[in-house]
Amino acid sequence: MDTIILYGIAVVLLAVSAAKDREKTRRAILKGAKAFESILPQLVTVLLAVAAVLAVFNPEMVSRVIGARSGFLGVLAASVVGGIALIPGFVAFPAAAELLKSGARTMQIAAFVSSLMMVGVVTLPMEIKYFGRRAAIARNSLAFAFCFLAAAFVAWAVSL
Amino acid sequence: MNIMSGAKRYRVAGMAAVAFLVFVLAFPAVGPKAGRSLIDQAETMLLVLPPIFLLLGLLDVWVPKKALMKYMGPKSGFTGPLIAFVLGSVAAGPLYGAFPVSAILMKKGASFTNVLIFIGAWSTTKIPMFLFEMHALGTRFALARLVIDIPGIILIAFALKVIIPAREVARLYAAAESTGTPEE
Repeated sequence: MDTIILYGIAVVLLAVSAAKDREKTRRAILKGAKAFESILPQLVTVLLAVAAVLAVFNPEMVSRVIGARSGFLGVLAASVVGGIALIPGFVAFPAAAELLKSGARTMQIAAFVSSLMMVGVVTLPMEIKYFGRRAAIARNSLAFAFCFLAAAFVAWAVSL
Repeated sequence: MNIMSGAKRYRVAGMAAVAFLVFVLAFPAVGPKAGRSLIDQAETMLLVLPPIFLLLGLLDVWVPKKALMKYMGPKSGFTGPLIAFVLGSVAAGPLYGAFPVSAILMKKGASFTNVLIFIGAWSTTKIPMFLFEMHALGTRFALARLVIDIPGIILIAFALKVIIPAREVARLYAAAESTGTPEE
């Protein structure tokens, strides 16, 4: 659905651009293609890493890790798994809901969802390419730390 | 670009490919699964990224640096973070789609803090995802996460601004300047 909207916008804007100025549009397409090619090596690396990681970190494994422990260790495990896994939201949210139903703690689920979205270990090569090693690692570390705070807050808010 | 530099750029990707093969051979049990998820992920990436890069090319050509700087530059006041939040929240696609967009924002003169807020918003406050989260995990859960995430994103952006030295930021901006510039 997201993708259809994205393509729709791209096609409409491309048409408007072409109607206004052919030469500029040609340059825009060239620039886009060049930028895409420049990230391609990192993209291939990330793709391979994600495939290998997902083969191990499947929903069953995620459930086992998150379901097994509670308390601080459970929250830590959930954050680590969330940081490494690269699962789209429309798969992760229903899976997280299932976990909640089967008795997992809100805090762990919140930690998992937060780090899944904010922390990206496997996509680091791409992030480093645009943000440099230092900023990329700092951003992921700060986001990882923040997940604990977010998890505690969500657990508190839900328990009210 | 000559062949040598091309080969050098793909060296890490080549090593990753070899490592992936070794992984599949070493763990034959998960091999087919890894293969399938490789195809799935490649499909997603190759589907999502082309329109993003096309839009980036159009933005690069049509939006003058001055205009973007006015709304998202260092002197944009409250409008900058606000636009960064809106841009990130209406975006579609996984977080790695946001990185090339940040490069173009830097190139057009958006401040580093605003770029970081944009990244944070793209990662967690996407509107379609929020609606879906509300449906799956409950209104309270989703709302609580949104309420804590917004200050969190701002806090992380400002912390990074403090941590990353100005020289490194200048280097990133110089690198962003050259992205997507065709050799003419």
